[in-house]
Amino acid sequence: MEPITQKTNVNNPLPTVSPKQRKRKNLFTSYGFVAPAIILLFVFLILPAILALYFSFTNYYLLTPEQTKFVAFENYKRLAEDSLFLKSLGNTAIFVVIVVPVQTLVALALALLVNQKLMGIKFFRMAFFAPVVTSMVIVSILWTFIYNPDNGLANSILNIVGLGPFQFLTDKDQAMYSIIFMSIWQGAGYQMMIFLAGLQDIPDHQYEAASIDGANAWQKLIHITIPGIRNILAFIAIVTMIAATKLFIQPFVMTQGGPLDSTKTLVYMVYETGFKFRDVGYSSAIAILFFVIVLIISILQRRFIKENTE
Amino acid sequence: MKKNRIIAQIGLYVVLILLAILFLFPLVWMVVSSFKTEPEIFADLKSFRAFVPYTFSLDNYTGVFERIPFIRYLLTSTLYVSVIVLLGLFVNSLAAYAFARMQFKGRDLLFSAVVALIIIPFESILLPLYLIIDEFDWLNTYQALIIPFIANAFNIFMFRQFFLNLPKELEESARMDGASTLRIFFQIVIPLSKPVFITVALLTFITHWGDFMWPLIATTDDSVRPLQVGMQFFFHQPPVKYGHVMAALTMATIPLLIIFVFFQKYYVQGIASAGMKN
Repeated sequence: MEPITQKTNVNNPLPTVSPKQRKRKNLFTSYGFVAPAIILLFVFLILPAILALYFSFTNYYLLTPEQTKFVAFENYKRLAEDSLFLKSLGNTAIFVVIVVPVQTLVALALALLVNQKLMGIKFFRMAFFAPVVTSMVIVSILWTFIYNPDNGLANSILNIVGLGPFQFLTDKDQAMYSIIFMSIWQGAGYQMMIFLAGLQDIPDHQYEAASIDGANAWQKLIHITIPGIRNILAFIAIVTMIAATKLFIQPFVMTQGGPLDSTKTLVYMVYETGFKFRDVGYSSAIAILFFVIVLIISILQRRFIKENTE
Repeated sequence: MKKNRIIAQIGLYVVLILLAILFLFPLVWMVVSSFKTEPEIFADLKSFRAFVPYTFSLDNYTGVFERIPFIRYLLTSTLYVSVIVLLGLFVNSLAAYAFARMQFKGRDLLFSAVVALIIIPFESILLPLYLIIDEFDWLNTYQALIIPFIANAFNIFMFRQFFLNLPKELEESARMDGASTLRIFFQIVIPLSKPVFITVALLTFITHWGDFMWPLIATTDDSVRPLQVGMQFFFHQPPVKYGHVMAALTMATIPLLIIFVFFQKYYVQGIASAGMKN
């Protein structure tokens, strides 16, 4: 392709500027356009990323920075033996493994429901989307009240159907599941909207043709709807997965990682070891490991979507 | 046959209504409780009255204003998020325009590098970023909340995609008339690109409005503390009063609600397009 800049040089209405000068000026403009973004990205994203990697190979302790030295893989070895870290990794995995499929399916079901042509369907779309409009910190605070074992709505409501009472956030075996339920409640509406956009892109005539062939609703779902939103489905599953590995706000606000570390997560540990215990080296090792996990998920995503579209 | 359809429709409505109750009951309880006294809230917990607004006392709201600088939190959040949005729109669209339309050495390599940055999760650079900000002496300032978040690799990517699809003719004829690139960008490209600017602005606003971890670390002073962090501290600040917290949460929900009501169309489109383009 012929660059635009050269074309304009030929038609340059200002004869006093030579093509060479003009070209130089253009180069200057181009770099001027990208420079602010690139400089900011370098200082506040690339540089910290490099530092995180570097710190993860040192014993940098915030209160004694002068004693910092290179320790090779010491921090990573420590991780493998740190039961709290392994527990956090496990907790994060539980959250991801449950939230990703359940939330994706709930969102898809909601999208199918609100994709019907019914009176008042807009109200229901808004209702399912409402928790998304409230921020995570706010719903976390709200649900801490709801989950209160003695004075909470959750036990009152479950009591009507003869369940409970539950301890919810104060029980080590229930806390993570309570957080999982709330997280799905908060986030499903967001994915529902993406699914809905995808569903509305499927042409009506495909369904009509299937009806003429005598297909029932289930067959239409399997043979038209699901293939039609396949890429969106894959995309949502992966984005939800990455978001789920970042779990932090809910345990921080609702349980402070407890009880008995049952809701401590990877990102929670990055925060705690770094800012509470000031162990920069160790915290950085967890951060790098977390980055690697996200990277692996992203690479799998690309593979998966590529295979699907080919 | 027709009877079956009516039954199916009724069934559908029953499911929808039950789900709507599930999704809305916490929010209804929040708003309704914010107007009740503490004993009323607790007495109502075991009955349907928890969702019935039978009193409208504003005591909880005045209580919030007495205990925390709520308005200050709200203004801080609004201010810092708006500045991120505005500066971000400018810086990122400018870079994206260069990547989409200009020829310069290393362009494609540079752009690939920017796209690769999208993958880096913020949580993994938190601590070094904190140390850098500390080095700049920016802790507890608005700069700390704003400057690291102006440039955004994903937004550059979104803008570039949009600019690539714009017809070139207008820009070329303006260039022949001797207009500078910057002028072309402001007077021709930006007006043609309103949809992408609105989408990016909304997504950026919503993302940063929900920011929690960074402001939690970078601010320790009430004067620069944003709403989300303020809410968290208020929640854990004794005496914990349900009514006060509910009033604060209700007020904190209003700004996003307003944005949602006014920009609903763009909001949903933005979510959908962010979904598709990946």
